[in-house]
Amino acid sequence: MEITVTVNGREVTRDVEPRLLLTHFLRDHLRLTGTHWGCDTTTCGACTVRLDGVPVKSCTVLAVMADGARVDTVEGLAAGMAETDLDPVQQGFVACHGLQCGFCTPGMLMTTRALLDRDPDPSPATIREAISGQICRCTGYENIVRAVRWAAEAEQQAATTTEVAR
Amino acid sequence: MQVPATFGYELAPDLAGALALLARHGPDARPIAGGHSLLPMMKLRLAEPTVLVDINGLTELGGITVDGDAIRFGAMVRHAEVLDSAVVAEHLPILRDAERVIADPLVRNRGTVGGSLCQADPSEDLSAAFSALGATVVITSRDGERTVPVREFHRGPYETAVAHDELVTAVRVPIRPATGSAYEKVERRTGDWAVAAAGAVVSLDGHTVVRAGIGLAAVGAEHFVAAEAEEALRGAPATAESFAEAGRIAAEHCRPTADQRGPVDYKRHLVGVLVARTCHRAAARARGEV
Ligand SMILES: Cc1cc2nc3c(=O)[nH]c(=O)nc-3n(C[C@H](O)[C@H](O)[C@H](O)COP(=O)(O)OP(=O)(O)OC[C@H]3O[C@@H](n4cnc5c(N)ncnc54)[C@H](O)[C@@H]3O)c2cc1C
Ligand code: FES
Ligand code: FES
Repeated sequence: MEITVTVNGREVTRDVEPRLLLTHFLRDHLRLTGTHWGCDTTTCGACTVRLDGVPVKSCTVLAVMADGARVDTVEGLAAGMAETDLDPVQQGFVACHGLQCGFCTPGMLMTTRALLDRDPDPSPATIREAISGQICRCTGYENIVRAVRWAAEAEQQAATTTEVAR
Repeated sequence: MQVPATFGYELAPDLAGALALLARHGPDARPIAGGHSLLPMMKLRLAEPTVLVDINGLTELGGITVDGDAIRFGAMVRHAEVLDSAVVAEHLPILRDAERVIADPLVRNRGTVGGSLCQADPSEDLSAAFSALGATVVITSRDGERTVPVREFHRGPYETAVAHDELVTAVRVPIRPATGSAYEKVERRTGDWAVAAAGAVVSLDGHTVVRAGIGLAAVGAEHFVAAEAEEALRGAPATAESFAEAGRIAAEHCRPTADQRGPVDYKRHLVGVLVARTCHRAAARARGEV
């Protein structure tokens, strides 16, 4: 079946089997291996991407169900190749040591980016709730929460500076 | 790697189209809503539908709306929408309590009200909550609409009153005066299915309970209901003693089985405590205290 999906802003058309899962469409067909594939049982959240803006576990979505939709993966987060082009959430993970092995990180980044889009000033408890469907075996979560707070504060500061400049 | 067996896929354009597709493809076709119960089952080959009819495009099945003295939930309303709904927060706190502990935020972004009821998993929290509320399920076929009380909807584990060429289109919940509700669940870890869970809906006349709805999940309660405990509460004073007694009765009459989530006596103990607690909180909410 032919599907057209807007992946990270670029429209792609592919012929796929209905049983192909969105994770494998991204990883194997588009070679976007930033989206990780962990438990395969909707538990770990390593496969999290945004489907029309909403974070979902892509191992439990059919690629054909994304036909006509917008899919955003970790590859689309940064504005460019320079370090300063990284999304503030990515910068926060760097600054606060929000990752060790990095396996959970792409999913964590997509979920927390979506959180900040909805709630620019989330409490640590809100951040923990938002990532509660995702498993990190390394960090103990503490630094992930700090990283997201870092990003929230950086974005608020940037907004205030823009306000003052006006 | 878990791969479902091959199947055909049809995107339904609207309700009439979905019903026509289900009829055309016969009993081995299945509607797919959020897919968060169906796809895991297909990956394990516990389900092998020949055709999936995708109902995600059916705008008729969306929305949470106040409809006279009832609240209507479209079948495609996602868990996350229930949790965020101001109408739910105001009138049906039991659903807000339940949604907070159903799976995790990512699963809640996909899973739907209709899918939860139709999956008929004995541990499904919404089935218990809607049973406590005395909800009505709206089922639509090509011949029109029929309604089934939620307490007659589940025929057993993974079995419902819905025929292969029908769809659940909505769930209607009555708004009752002087009524409060609450839900509580014990799970092994955040996001897991319940070890045991209970929901209570209590209507008061002064200090007297005039009506109680008590739902149970994961403990083998028929139709997700603690009928004997409900009966015991009718006309009883809204006191801690009455609610503890309701808990005791519910614990005695449910039929939990031992599994990796715990032994039978532990689950019965949880039912006793959770029923008493949720009744207590529901009564406090009915009095406007919380
Ligand atoms: C990791 C994980 C944890 C979970 N934890 C919990 C939990 O703690 N508590 C809980 O209650 N649930 C839990 N769930 C289940 C979750 O709530 C599911 O999303 C829900 O059970 C099914 O909804 P769905 O829309 O995804 O249904 P689907 O998977 O799309 O469908 C389920 C079944 O219902 C049928 N169906 C769907 N919609 C209709 C309709 N409108 N008319 C007729 N038939 C229909 C389908 O054909 C299928 O047979 C969990 C799920 C996962 C993956
Ligand atoms: S791979 Fe999708 S949730 Fe683990
Ligand atoms: S950094 Fe290793 S799993 Fe999270």
